[in-house]
Amino acid sequence: MSLEEYKGVAIFAQQVDNKLSSIAFELIGKAHELAEKLGTDVTAVVLGHDISALADKLGEYGADKVVLIDNKELETYRTEPYAQALTAYINEYKPEIMLVGATAIGRDLGPTVSARVQTGLTADCTSLEIGDFPLQAREGQEQKHNQLLMTRPAFGGNTIATIACPDNRPQMATVRPGVMQKLEKQPGRKAEVINFNPELTVNNRFVEILNIVKNVSTTADIMDAKILVSGGRGVGSAENFKMLEDLAEVLGGTVSCSRAVVDSGWKPKDLQVGQTGKTVRPNVYFAIGISGAIQHTAGMEESDIIIAINKDETAPIFDVADYGIVGDLNKIVPALTEAIKAELAAQN
Amino acid sequence: MNIVVCIKQVPDTKGGVKFNPDGTLDRASMLAIMNPDDKAGLEAALRIKDETGAKVTVLTMGLPKADDMLREALAMGADEAVLVTDRRLGGADTWATSSTVAAAVKKLDYDLIITGRQAIDGDTAQVGPQIAEHLALPVISYAEDIKVEGNSVIVKRQYEDRYHEVKAQMPCLITALSELNEPRYMTPGGIFDAYDKEVTVWGRDDLTDLDDANIGLAGSPTKIAKASDKVRKGAGEKVALDPKESVEYIVGKLKEKHVI
Amino acid sequence: MDFTLDKKHEMARQLFREFALNEVKPMAQEIDETEQFPRENVEKMMKYGFMGIPIPKEYGGQGCDILTYIMCVEELSKVCGTTGVIVSAHTSLCCDPILTYGTEEQKQKFLVPLASGKKLGAFALTEPGAGTDAQGAQCRAEEDGDSWVLNGSKCFITNGKEADIYIIFAVTDIVEDARGRKSKKFSAFIVEKDTPGFTFGTKEKKMGIRASSTYELIFQDCRIPKENILGPRGKGFGIAMHTLDGGRIGIAAQALGIGEGSIDATIDFVKERKQFGRPIAAFQNTAFQLADMKARMDAAKYLVYKAACTKDQYMEDHKTSYSIEAAEAKLFAAEAAMAVTTKAVQLHGGYGYTREYDVERMMRDAKITEIYEGTSEVQRLVISGAMLK
Repeated sequence: MSLEEYKGVAIFAQQVDNKLSSIAFELIGKAHELAEKLGTDVTAVVLGHDISALADKLGEYGADKVVLIDNKELETYRTEPYAQALTAYINEYKPEIMLVGATAIGRDLGPTVSARVQTGLTADCTSLEIGDFPLQAREGQEQKHNQLLMTRPAFGGNTIATIACPDNRPQMATVRPGVMQKLEKQPGRKAEVINFNPELTVNNRFVEILNIVKNVSTTADIMDAKILVSGGRGVGSAENFKMLEDLAEVLGGTVSCSRAVVDSGWKPKDLQVGQTGKTVRPNVYFAIGISGAIQHTAGMEESDIIIAINKDETAPIFDVADYGIVGDLNKIVPALTEAIKAELAAQN
Repeated sequence: MNIVVCIKQVPDTKGGVKFNPDGTLDRASMLAIMNPDDKAGLEAALRIKDETGAKVTVLTMGLPKADDMLREALAMGADEAVLVTDRRLGGADTWATSSTVAAAVKKLDYDLIITGRQAIDGDTAQVGPQIAEHLALPVISYAEDIKVEGNSVIVKRQYEDRYHEVKAQMPCLITALSELNEPRYMTPGGIFDAYDKEVTVWGRDDLTDLDDANIGLAGSPTKIAKASDKVRKGAGEKVALDPKESVEYIVGKLKEKHVI
Repeated sequence: MDFTLDKKHEMARQLFREFALNEVKPMAQEIDETEQFPRENVEKMMKYGFMGIPIPKEYGGQGCDILTYIMCVEELSKVCGTTGVIVSAHTSLCCDPILTYGTEEQKQKFLVPLASGKKLGAFALTEPGAGTDAQGAQCRAEEDGDSWVLNGSKCFITNGKEADIYIIFAVTDIVEDARGRKSKKFSAFIVEKDTPGFTFGTKEKKMGIRASSTYELIFQDCRIPKENILGPRGKGFGIAMHTLDGGRIGIAAQALGIGEGSIDATIDFVKERKQFGRPIAAFQNTAFQLADMKARMDAAKYLVYKAACTKDQYMEDHKTSYSIEAAEAKLFAAEAAMAVTTKAVQLHGGYGYTREYDVERMMRDAKITEIYEGTSEVQRLVISGAMLK
């Protein structure tokens, strides 16, 4: 493999039901920054069926090229046809960097494809940069420049490692949703559109989808919320979450929760923040009755402002909170809701 | 029917981790446990065994002390255990790990391979699908439910906002979520039996279908440039006031930051 | 002399601890409050083989040893004394005598379902007029054709209303010695629940181990098959005493667990509770009290484990006596548990006197270990009797 043959930054633009996932735009945002440093361009690769309409939007968000792989077999995600298609793209176009979202699709597709093209893959990255490997020059070892340095948490968020893939191409990473920033939309910006036929081969590894069952969820996506009012075990019961819902309502925010709350059956899994839930970075994060185990804080500590209310003054949540209040949430939260209501009324 | 379950011994991070005074992780104080997703995978295999009489073999790659975890799997009801251990295999990334595990699996009879989705130390979720890739098997990741029907498996495959009910022909590989089930406890008699059994131990040289270019640190395409324990964000202000003052304090901060 | 556990015992302890923390601890306070027998957890213990740990596999058990069983009772009792005694009474007082004295038919019919977790066992010796003094017993069994007919009552029976199979002691003969003194001869019987004439009296309202289903058993012309006599006719007293020797190791393990559990709870508390601006763990009085508590329970532990290992020897050679070891273990562990839980309450201050904190329950639970299956005074009799003979 000649590493120099590989050029350009590519991203897997995930679509589900022919709607682009938010991660596609986040990856373009990051890829754009990397491509600038490398003096190259950004390609968004879309797999699916009847997907030509998606190209424009990818262009408006910063993709320089859009590769469309349109095939009936790719209509709904299955590992094998998707892996064949993305592998064919990599072999044909030879990108030096291939980014995939660390979603339930990407974390299946990424490892399969990276093994198939015999390169490395770094999982669930939270930061990507261009730099040298090794970081400092070492005697007897070639220091390579313009490498993708991939940083990721491990050990439940307790350690962070920066990883490079110096001798194989493409350099592949899956990237955690909600961490990278999208670019501003530029209406009318156009990408070069390329249709690519990977010539799929149906084999025994094609699984059969018998049924697709979508979760009936009436709740807003907590990853999009600007204000999150999050409750933990300390809230005490499912009924007590009414207090948090009232507070969220006056602030125009959304309720989320810790794992203990999901385990107790008080709230559904899609509201869970943390290592095994979602990573959020709202403007304001209220942590109410949440002790703040690292598994939880790993998913929210990037929030702009963290306000914690907990009766236990030794709770670890206070170590990450900007403003910590030691006190009884049952007294404080309802009074806070009323006070904010009054404040907002006075401002109008 | 033969089921191979791939399991990993990991440090227990449940209930928080411990730090040394210098802020680094105190790994020595943490118990070594069977990775939770892997344990769910083992339970799924044992349920299939309960129904069909399948033979369940557990396989791990790790340090010699992983023997304890294999005994635990035997005490839960697994029939056989294999430990792949060799210093030459150390420092492996997911590519090298999956190449090695696949080479070990090839020496066994299998219709179904189950792995956990991801390990709580590495959190990569890559080894399962990559083992399938090395063995050219169909893979179904993120399994919430597994049923065996004749020569096929029917799996509920989880996504963020839905699940797919997927059917695959065996042999195939499934990665299990810890939500899949509540793993059973060992039994006291199972523990005694487990320590009477032989655990098969394989070193590098027992894995004939494996290229040296694909093992250990040297065979890993990804290299660690830097690793550190996470420096936690410093604490902000902390106050203990009566409820009324607390409310005034929060409202004041929200105004100061132009939230309201 | 080696005081370390081997790997399989370590793993068994880890199993019991995990089970105790995940399944038993969350229910402990509630079942104490409601006095509800923890049926759901007992069924789980049945499923996982906890109800037949030292019984051979051929009789449905786990084929482990007494030490493993003792660690099970200990770990359960660390979080819930009630759950500990349910296992102890079932195993030591019902399974064990059938294993030791039962015929092959009795073992197949009764021990297999008991040890494999399909049925729960109990043991009934005490009567309203006969506790430590067995000669006061009134419950009698008379031969009548193919049956034994039981009349009388038993009281303070652990697992009372919840058990399926009971070991009952009743007077079958009265003999006169050369000087004309009469004495009662007992025999042991296996009685199944729902036998006509076998009913339950009042439920005891107890200070501690409140969920353990302690009932009075009443027999009125209760007819049981002749083959349900356990061991030879007239040898019941010896069977009861030998059975209680084993039971005492179980109760000693229960006491050990309760004491150790109260130390665990106290360590958590004193690190959190602050007085005069520092955690009370920082005060020397707290630290020294804890040290005394730990040393005392560790001493108890070695006596209990010694008794368990001696009984294990008996299980192999059917000769070794473990009666003194059992008495010493129970005497010491029970009194240590009482003293240590009392200190634990003291270190908790006012909170320790409230039901919100586990040590309050543990102190109440500890008291019974000085009383049942032979009071501390009886243990002193057993020990000193052997010393002075």
